[in-house]
Amino acid sequence: MAKDELSNNFKYIGTRPNRPDGLDKVTGRAKYGADFNVPNMLHAAVLRSPHAHARIIKIDTSKAEALSGVKAFVTRADFPDGLKGENFYLQENTIAGDRALYDGHAVAAVAATSALAAKDAIKLIEIEYELLPHVTDVDEAMKPDAPVIREGAQDHSVPEGLPPNIVSYMDFGHGDLEVGFSDADLVMEKTYKTEAAHQGYIEPHACVGQLGQDGKGEMWICTQGQWFIRKMCASVLGLEASQLRVTPSEIGGGFGGKTTIFSEALSLALSRKAGGRPVKLVMTRSEVLRATGPTASASMDVKIGMKKNGKMTAASAVFRMQGGAFPGMAPTGMALECAFANYQLPAVHHTGYDVLSNRPKSAAYRAPGSPMAAFAVESLVDELCRELNLDPIDVRLLNGSKEGSKSSFGPTFRRIGLIETLEAAKSHPNLDVELGPNQGRGIASGYWMNHGGETSISMALGEDGTVTLSIGTPDIGGSRASMALMVSETLGIPYEDVRVNVVETGSLGVNEPTHGSRATFATGKAAVEACNGAIKEMCRRAADKWGIDPEAIDWFDGAAHPSGPNAGDFPPMTIKEIGRRMGRTGGPISGHHATTYGGAGESFGTHVVDVEVDPETGRTTILRYLVVQDAGRAIHPSYVEGQFQGGAAQGIGWALNEEYIYGDDGRLQNAGFLDYRVPVASDLPMIDTIIVEVPSDNHPFGVRGVGETGIAPPLPAIANAIADATGKRLRHLPISPPKVLKAIKESS
Amino acid sequence: MMNNMHVTAKVNGDEVEFLCDPRETLLDVLRDRLNLTGTKEGCGTGDCGACTVTVDDRLVCSCLMLGVEASGKSIGTIEGMAEEDTLHPLQKKFVEHAALQCGICTPGILVAAKNLLEKNPDPNEEQIRYWLAGNLCRCTGYDKIIRAVQDAAKEMREAS
Repeated sequence: MAKDELSNNFKYIGTRPNRPDGLDKVTGRAKYGADFNVPNMLHAAVLRSPHAHARIIKIDTSKAEALSGVKAFVTRADFPDGLKGENFYLQENTIAGDRALYDGHAVAAVAATSALAAKDAIKLIEIEYELLPHVTDVDEAMKPDAPVIREGAQDHSVPEGLPPNIVSYMDFGHGDLEVGFSDADLVMEKTYKTEAAHQGYIEPHACVGQLGQDGKGEMWICTQGQWFIRKMCASVLGLEASQLRVTPSEIGGGFGGKTTIFSEALSLALSRKAGGRPVKLVMTRSEVLRATGPTASASMDVKIGMKKNGKMTAASAVFRMQGGAFPGMAPTGMALECAFANYQLPAVHHTGYDVLSNRPKSAAYRAPGSPMAAFAVESLVDELCRELNLDPIDVRLLNGSKEGSKSSFGPTFRRIGLIETLEAAKSHPNLDVELGPNQGRGIASGYWMNHGGETSISMALGEDGTVTLSIGTPDIGGSRASMALMVSETLGIPYEDVRVNVVETGSLGVNEPTHGSRATFATGKAAVEACNGAIKEMCRRAADKWGIDPEAIDWFDGAAHPSGPNAGDFPPMTIKEIGRRMGRTGGPISGHHATTYGGAGESFGTHVVDVEVDPETGRTTILRYLVVQDAGRAIHPSYVEGQFQGGAAQGIGWALNEEYIYGDDGRLQNAGFLDYRVPVASDLPMIDTIIVEVPSDNHPFGVRGVGETGIAPPLPAIANAIADATGKRLRHLPISPPKVLKAIKESS
Repeated sequence: MMNNMHVTAKVNGDEVEFLCDPRETLLDVLRDRLNLTGTKEGCGTGDCGACTVTVDDRLVCSCLMLGVEASGKSIGTIEGMAEEDTLHPLQKKFVEHAALQCGICTPGILVAAKNLLEKNPDPNEEQIRYWLAGNLCRCTGYDKIIRAVQDAAKEMREAS
């Protein structure tokens, strides 16, 4: 029964079959959040603050109430009091209390018989505001005289005397910095800034919520995690979590942004007030940009010491990040953990600030914090390499983290693949291409720790010997295919004989969302465990029939076999035969596994980009792009490549174009896809990939997560390439054409 | 104060009639009146292309056209792309090439790509990229989409 768990000898793993949900998704049949309708359904619209910071004096709904078709209103008064901590902040972000804290903050919501009637109604709600001073920039928000967003929000970590918008502080490291920097031949210290970017999923948030006076409810929703939605909505509304059943739809992108709630609980609150009629709530794109969770903006000081031979002697970082008007949302801690993870450093120190500002509540965005950290650190490493005339890959090879080295954040690394990615990048043909005038090449590496987390899964054998797998992690990019591959590999049955269903909260124990690059790692690992449980039972059924010891049975090729001549001479009993007879041989056969996984394998990556900068316009064109990343094991290589390419494209957007632009009035000026400009097809070249496989020893097939690392290296790699092309170092993202042009003009 | 208009049109070759408010977009009508939810709304402002349909064989963002304007027109949506039980080569190649991850942009991109190949059966990479520049995809980085379109075009040329 034992399987060589880390063998390379696979029948299904590593192949590229069509995804099980492919047909539904190319024919328009797949049901996404907004595609769901139920009888007697109402439609919601949300009235949002046009002000960055304002006291809400009065809400008058009388004119709106007179409108035909209007069935219910909610304001904060319809939500329970007394919530604490994150539950309070979730509620306050769902709907403002006495103050609106950012442009786009929900103030009231209405349900009506049509979407048009609901939109008409919110226009008739009259709100009296008293404007308050606001602040949206992280460095401004940290000043002692900045407008105070929350009194008393600082946690115990903040040293006495720091201004009130600094709500959390962190400080860690090891080694003697002073000695380290004095050992260096060159010490450089620079400041870098990144602007807030949005995940930019093409599907706006959408749900249908239904809640009766008895506290029992249902929700159909596009989400990365139905149990998180259940827990959060129940907390915000004061319900019992078990009384709310949440069914996930197909999901049109999330990238971390659909792991939490924004306006979803409003649909339930409206439904309760409308006598339990279901209420559909679909955000507009402008609402998505103004009132969901973009990433933090960051201001970062980095200092690194290096010997003439490229050896790094010491490094320190001070990161300041704003995560909106809610404490604990800036990913400062994770950014610091990622900052120097690529390097072996005798001395390293990290300082971080979580800062409040009048912006929306930040949410996770693909490797939260890592892209900003990579931008600052990998840019500075490149600056040092240029100053000392060293090859940037060789410097990374010289200092790179490897198995057994002490990480910058403390623990010793297990088996990791950074060096392998650097070596693979170095020998790729893209590096042999000669660059022309105004062209430059940039290199950077990146890291994400990956996550395991709470996981519960079931598999059930059908009467025909095919298998149904019930999973709790929504399929956001082809993960049904990887689950089916791992199940077919484990059971030895055809890929087509496995059906993978993403199920609602009533069908399994708690699952964390598809986040932290965990689905293929954690859900996949649990699927293998569940299958192993079923294999044990199937072997027992065969043993009963043959009258031998179950231990004397091997399972392979989808059948029970006597383990050797001594066990007996029986023809193999196939899964189809066992399935057909199971009702008579002891009942249904299923496998189940539930646990909280730790120990996800870290994933490192190295990117190489060639750019051309137009000296007339400052526009940067990506000429070629290479992603090299350690997947541990690529279960379905096409979707692994897809994660690499998609991460790179998002990083390219963040580096060159994307940013939240706030006016002096604190309002978001680019709340639409025309002005918040994500990369389009004509902006990008083909994105070359190399999948490195350094198996994780903590997964039956060696899987590491692959979803997140790929967004970090593009930010510095592009800045480094632009510096190579123009001789100008730009330390504030995005490196948009006007900034490049200004830098070029200043020197000429 | 209902003020709905009565409209007749063709959708995917079938005669349809519907009532709609004059403010409803063609996208609203397709999704909410005709239950053709394969056409998606990503922005409502014509910037993302998720709602791409054809109107008398011309590509249109259905969020930018009113439902009443469809009167007498012939509309093509993703639901009409496969012929009975045979997928269009683009649909087949998108699955084979893993050219979709979340799949929300896929209907609009398929409708747009089909329209391209009807006009130009042998587009080069740059022509495909510019043709699809109005269709945002946030998951794939476009690489596999471009390859799928190229491969489908090749198969269609060989079959004709």
